[in-house]
Amino acid sequence: MNITKTLKIAAVALSGALFLAACDAPPPESVQRGPAGTGMVLIYNGDDLDNVVANNTVPEAPPQLPAGGPKASEIYQNVEVLGDLSIGQFTRLMTSITEWVSPEEGCNYCHVAEGFHLDTKYTKKVARVMLAMTQRANQDYGDHVGNAGVTCYTCHRGKNIPEYVWTTDPGGPHAAGITTAMQNIASEAAGNTSLPFDPFTPYFEQAQSIRVAGDTALPEGNNSSIKQTEWIYSLMMHFSDSLGVNCTHCHNTRAFSDWEQSSPERVKAWHGIQMVREMNTQFINRTTDWLPEHRKGPLGDPLKVNCGTCHQGAYQPLLGANMINDYPTLKTYNEATKAAYVDDAE
Amino acid sequence: MSLLSFEKKYRVRGGTLLGGDLFDFWIGPFYVGFFGVTTAFFSILGTLLIIYGASLGDTWNIWQINIAPPDLSYGLGLAPLKEGGLWQIITMCALGAFGSWILRQAEIARKLGMGMHVPFAFGVAVFAYFTLVVIRPVLMGAWGHGFPYGILSHLDWVSNVGYQYLHFHYNPAHMIAVTFFFTNAMALSMHGSLILMATDPRDGEPVKTGEHENTFFRDDIGYSIGALGIHRLGLFLALSAGFWSAVCIVLSGPFWTRGWPEWWNWWLELPIWN
Repeated sequence: MNITKTLKIAAVALSGALFLAACDAPPPESVQRGPAGTGMVLIYNGDDLDNVVANNTVPEAPPQLPAGGPKASEIYQNVEVLGDLSIGQFTRLMTSITEWVSPEEGCNYCHVAEGFHLDTKYTKKVARVMLAMTQRANQDYGDHVGNAGVTCYTCHRGKNIPEYVWTTDPGGPHAAGITTAMQNIASEAAGNTSLPFDPFTPYFEQAQSIRVAGDTALPEGNNSSIKQTEWIYSLMMHFSDSLGVNCTHCHNTRAFSDWEQSSPERVKAWHGIQMVREMNTQFINRTTDWLPEHRKGPLGDPLKVNCGTCHQGAYQPLLGANMINDYPTLKTYNEATKAAYVDDAE
Repeated sequence: MSLLSFEKKYRVRGGTLLGGDLFDFWIGPFYVGFFGVTTAFFSILGTLLIIYGASLGDTWNIWQINIAPPDLSYGLGLAPLKEGGLWQIITMCALGAFGSWILRQAEIARKLGMGMHVPFAFGVAVFAYFTLVVIRPVLMGAWGHGFPYGILSHLDWVSNVGYQYLHFHYNPAHMIAVTFFFTNAMALSMHGSLILMATDPRDGEPVKTGEHENTFFRDDIGYSIGALGIHRLGLFLALSAGFWSAVCIVLSGPFWTRGWPEWWNWWLELPIWN
């Protein structure tokens, strides 16, 4: 065997090994989502699943405190959202929020030593909006959050800012004379495709129509463009990416738009879209005027929520663990919150 | 030489792989052979089972008849007849018939003292089918990963399996396969049109020769691959299309579980621009 041939074989073996190293080893885990033979199947790598399980554990809840005793609003000043809680419930929730959102900074992340009632820090005002938002989701969006509900921890997971948030993306720098058309460059938001790179602003802040597919066999007046369709594709990549699922989790792709052929999860997702839109427009965008610049995107809009904010790679946030029963005070909002946020939304 | 006398001349005994002289005869124009008998057995049994399966379903509409594989829960075991067992037996019949056909082609090639190009070419098509209904399901741990037998239902399966990986056009082996399919179609159409322009001239014009054909492509693209070469190229393009199709689907699932766009992260992470 001459040296050239040896080198060639070595090169082929090396490139083969590199290729295989980038791949998963069979067999994968698979979950049937539809009738046999339809190909409605979720496919997972076992290691990826282990990571999802490891990243979605629920912290232990402190013991419940009795609901009796004076109300928080009778003891403390300037308690708008949580005023109806008993003093015991209020203190317990404050302790938990500190663990969930600012475990390192402690109470001082939101409060100032001159008086815990003072709205000196913007973070305290944000927390008020976020609590109202959480209660609204739990009380009125049961079609999406189900019995598991949401708490601050669902998104924050011990961080000041949840790991997955978004702002309007104006696009990166590009050569003069080149039109980006808001697409045609690999985008993480669009699931690493070159589809339109900001799927959030049109659908999670504005209320652009997501249903672009025609419902007739022949074209009969559906004027949706390829661009609109690809923008939806980009949004759907975000859904998949955030939930760690493929398209068949919700759709039978022979007829994407047909509810009869879709899984029940698609209905949940529809309610989720309505919920996220309202969270962004009715709650988060209200902080725009007084939020500091470093908490805003390049176009000056606040950090907003999308599917990934709660789901973080799991088909249900925290894999469906019920946290809300340990924190019943987050289940409902009071009259003041209703007047301030909800009436306006409806 | 008429076609019939041509066939008589080459209707030679021997060359069988199995069965010796027992099945070494013709029925009308068809060579029988041991593998002709097994082809007939498997294809008739398989077709009857498909008809039986259709009778169990809720339609006789030819487009909508569907023989589904078992649920994933049956894994690599046998399923009850009406729960995917039919699909399993029909799959065995199909592979028996296709394999027999390959070997029958090989016997005929041996009789005629020809190369094995035709059975090899057909074998690549069978390999693609074998990959879909045996190799990939075995690697994924369930016969339920095979495709259903039905004109529309198998297309619906293809659609959903593509969307299991979010955007199948980002599958690199799919890209190669599609490129081979299109190149194959282009080469065949160029070759076919070249032969027609040379052999089917206008009234009164003489039939052109290979020199005309070569000269056309030398003028056109600076090179003519030649009369033998174009058929070698065609075989290569067609077999490559089938082969890479098999590769692109066997990678999806057994060796890659995420969206195909994500596979390209190695490109985005190249140190040149990252």
